[in-house]
Amino acid sequence: MSLTGSLQIEDDLMSDTLAVHMENITKTFGKVYANKDVSLELRQGEILALLGENGSGKTSLVNMLSGIYFPDSGEIFVQGKKVTIRSPRDAYGLGIGMIHQHFKLVDVFTAAENIVLGQPGALAMSKRHIESRVAELAGRYGFEIDPAKPVYEMSVSEKQTTEIIKILYRGADILILDEPTAVLTPHETDKLFAVMRNMKADGKSIIIITHKLGEVLAVSDRTHVLRKGECVATVNTAETGKAQLTEMMVGRPVSLHIERPHTAKNDERLRVVDLTCCNKDGLKTLDKVSFTAYGGEILGIAGIAGSGQKELCEAIAGLYPAIGGAVLMRGQWEGEAVMEPVLGLGPDVISKKGISMAFVPEDRLGMGLVAAMNITDNVMLRSYKNSKSPLVDRKTPRVLAEHLIEQLAIVAPGPGAIVGRLSGGNVQKVLIGREIAQEPTVLIVAYPVRGLDINSSYKIYDLLNEQKKKGVAVVFIGEDLDVLLELSDRLLVLSSGRVSGIVDPRTVTKEEVGMMMVLDVVDPSNVSSEPPPEQLQMDLSLQDVEMGASAGGGSASADLFLRDAEAGGKAQ
Amino acid sequence: MLDLGTTLVMAAVLAGTPLLLGALGEILTERSGNLNLGVEGMMFMGAIMGLMGSFMYEQAMTAAGAQTIGFFSALAALVMSFAAGAFGALIYSFLTITLRSNQNVTGLVLTIFGTGFANFLGEFAGQQAGGYLAVGAATKAAFAPLAIPFLSDIPLLGPLFFQYNWMVYFALAVAVVMAVFLFRTRFGLNLRAVGEDPAAADAAGISVSRYRYMATVIGGGICGTGGMYMSMVTTSGVWVHGCVTGYGWLAVALVIFATWSPLRGILVAAVFGGLMVVRMYVSIPGLPIQIYEMLPYVATILVLIITSVRQSKKHAMPAGTGLNYFREDRE
Repeated sequence: MSLTGSLQIEDDLMSDTLAVHMENITKTFGKVYANKDVSLELRQGEILALLGENGSGKTSLVNMLSGIYFPDSGEIFVQGKKVTIRSPRDAYGLGIGMIHQHFKLVDVFTAAENIVLGQPGALAMSKRHIESRVAELAGRYGFEIDPAKPVYEMSVSEKQTTEIIKILYRGADILILDEPTAVLTPHETDKLFAVMRNMKADGKSIIIITHKLGEVLAVSDRTHVLRKGECVATVNTAETGKAQLTEMMVGRPVSLHIERPHTAKNDERLRVVDLTCCNKDGLKTLDKVSFTAYGGEILGIAGIAGSGQKELCEAIAGLYPAIGGAVLMRGQWEGEAVMEPVLGLGPDVISKKGISMAFVPEDRLGMGLVAAMNITDNVMLRSYKNSKSPLVDRKTPRVLAEHLIEQLAIVAPGPGAIVGRLSGGNVQKVLIGREIAQEPTVLIVAYPVRGLDINSSYKIYDLLNEQKKKGVAVVFIGEDLDVLLELSDRLLVLSSGRVSGIVDPRTVTKEEVGMMMVLDVVDPSNVSSEPPPEQLQMDLSLQDVEMGASAGGGSASADLFLRDAEAGGKAQ
Repeated sequence: MLDLGTTLVMAAVLAGTPLLLGALGEILTERSGNLNLGVEGMMFMGAIMGLMGSFMYEQAMTAAGAQTIGFFSALAALVMSFAAGAFGALIYSFLTITLRSNQNVTGLVLTIFGTGFANFLGEFAGQQAGGYLAVGAATKAAFAPLAIPFLSDIPLLGPLFFQYNWMVYFALAVAVVMAVFLFRTRFGLNLRAVGEDPAAADAAGISVSRYRYMATVIGGGICGTGGMYMSMVTTSGVWVHGCVTGYGWLAVALVIFATWSPLRGILVAAVFGGLMVVRMYVSIPGLPIQIYEMLPYVATILVLIITSVRQSKKHAMPAGTGLNYFREDRE
C-alpha cells in the first residue's frame, strides 16, 4: 500500500517537469497492435525525435495525443495533469497541435481561412481582418506567407508553413510534426529545421516523427525509438550515431552498404534522342534529353524534385506526350535485333514489336496497382491478354502470385490479399515482382523505395541488382543521392528538364553531383554519353560553400537550391 | 394591362419558387458534405404535412367554433412542412452520419418513402374528409398574391416585384440569409470546411457530425417548405396526387446549375421556372406541347454537360460531398 502510494507521488513529481508524459499506452486495430505498452516523455522546450520504421506505431502514438485516435488503455499527462483527449478540439485545448503527414487543409480556402478555421470568435467574419491577423502572426515568427492565397495554388512547403501557423494561431506550445520532411527539398528542410529551432528557443516542446537518420541527428535533442509498436530505447541524440540508431530501429545490426556487382557491359537496349516534352502551360518539362541505357547496368537518374524525372519515364513508357525527339528500344525483327522507335506508340503496340519493357511508376497504388483488387488480380492485369479464351485464366496468375509472395517474402495472408491493405514495402514488392516476371529487357523504376523502411529498401536494391546481373537495362530514378551513387553504374543528372551530365558514380563526389543538379546546361549538345566529371562546366569555387546534409534529394549548398526549389515547387 | 413579357416573368417566379426552396435546402445539405437525393421525398412530405397542418388547424377552429385566421393557418402549414422535411432529413442523417450507410442509396430510399407517404396520406385524408383534401377560403386567401399598399400599385415594378404571395419573399429571404451565413460568418466557414474536407475540419477542432446533422436537417426542412408551396400555392390548397413529382429532381439539378451558391440559385430557379411555364405564354405554330414540356429537362442535361466541361475549383461541388466521414479511417 505505502509503496504504491509513494510511487504515485514520485510519478506526479516527475510528470510536473514534463510537457507530455504518455504511460503504458496500448492501441489496437482489430487484432493488430499499433502500440503495445508504450511510454513517452517529452520535456519542456526540447525537440524529441520519434524514430521507427514504417508500421512501428509512431503516427498512431502521436495521433492519440492529437485526439485522432483514442487509446485502449494507458494514461496521458500533459504539463503534469492527467488528461483525456477525445478529439482534436480537446488536444488544442491542452495546447497540443499536430501537423499531419497528409496536410489537413481545405483546398479551396485561403491560408487565412484555414488558419482561423474552427476557432471561436465573432459570428461575422471579415476576410481582410483575418488576413491581417494572420500576416501579423506570420511576421512575428518570420514566416513568408500570403494569407490570401488559396491552398490549391500553394507549393508543398507553403502548405506546411500554413499548417505550422495554424497550430501557432491556436496557441499550441506542444507541436507534433509527422514526417514533415518527406515532401520537402533539402533547402526547404533546412528552413523547416531553422523554424523548429526558433520555436524551441521560444519555449515550445516539439515531437518530430521521421525515419530519416540524418534528420534525427541534425535537429533533435533526444531520440525515442519504436519498433513494431513497442518502445525500444530513448537516447540523447548527441551520444548516438547512425549505426546505433539503425540497429535499434531494425532490431539487428544492418549493413548500410549497398552492393554494386560487376557485370560485363551488354548491348544497347534503350536510346533516347533529343526527347522534348511540354506541360499544359507550354513550359518545357524535358529539353533535348539524350542518353543510352545498356543491358547489365543500372543507370541512375538524379535531380531535385520536378526536374523532369517523372515526365522522362512516363514519356519513355508512352504515357506522356512528347513534342520532339525519339525513343528507341531493342526489339526483334525477323530474328534480328533492331532498335525500334517507340515514341508515340501505345503499350500494346510496343509489346507487339517484341519489346519487353517494364515500368514501375512512382504512384504505386494509383498507376501501378489497383488498390481494391487482390494480388492475383493485380498480377493478372499484366497477363490476361495473353490468353485467347473468352474467360480469363486465373490459375497462372495465382501461381505467379504465390511464387512472388514466397520469393520476395511479401507479408500477406495469401494471393487473395487486397493490395491496398498491404504495407508500402509489400505493395512495392508486388509491383516490382510482377514487372520483373515479364522478363523485361528494359526496367524503369521511379522512386522505388519512397516511404519504405530500411529492410524493404535493401530488398528492392537486391532485386534491381539481380535484374542487372541477368542482363536487363535498369533505369533507376531516385531521390537519395547516397543510394544513387552507391547503386548505379552510371549516373545521369537532370536539371530543369535538361541533362547536365552523365557521370561515373565511382569517381564523382556527392558535392559535384549536387551542383550539377542545379546547373543550367549552357549547351546540351556538349553532353556526350559519358563525359568525365572534370569536363563539366562548373564553378568549382562554389564547393567551398557549406554542404547540407543528405536529405531526400541529395546534397548541395542551401543557396544553390533556392532557385530550383522554387521551380520544383511550381512544377508540383 | 400587362404585356406578355411581364406575365411570363411573374409566372416564372411563381413556378420557380418551389424549385428555389428545394435547391436551397439541398445547397445547405451538400455544403455539409451530404448528398441527399431525397429532396423529392422531403418535398412530398412537406407538401402533405403542410396541407394537413392548415387543414387540421381549420378543423380545430371549426370544432371550437372560432374563426379561422389565415395567418395562423399559413404558419401551421409552414411549421408542419418544415418539421416533415426535417424529419425525413433526420432519418437520412442518422443513417448516413451515425450508421455511415451509403448516401446515394439512402437518399433514393427517402425519395421513394416520402412519395409513398405523401400520396397515401393525401388520399387517405381525402377519403376521410369526404372525397378530397382541401383547405378553406381563409387559408387560400393567406396564400394569395399580396397587395402591399403603394408598392404593389407602381406600374410595371409593382406586378414584377410586389404582387407575389408571401412564400416567394420567404424563399428570397432564405436565399439571402443562407448566402450571408455561408460566406460571411464563422459558422459558415466551418460548415464549408466540413463539406470540403471533413478530415481537415476535424483536425481543426470542428465537430463534423454536429455540423452535418444541423445542415442536413435544416436543409431538409427548407425542402419541405418548398413542397408545401406546391400543395398550398400551385394547387391552391387542394391535394393533387403526385403534385411534387419531378420538382425534387429538378431542384437537385439546380444545385449544380447554381454552383452551390444560394444567390445564383435565385436566378437559375427563375430561369427554370420560366422554362416550365413557357408553353402557356409562347406558342410557336406546329410545335407540339410535349416539346415545351421537355424544355426544363433538356436544359438540365445541357447544364450538366456545360458544368462538367468547365472544370473550375471554385465552382465545383464541395469535395467531401457524398463521402461519409469516420475519423479513425486509415489513409
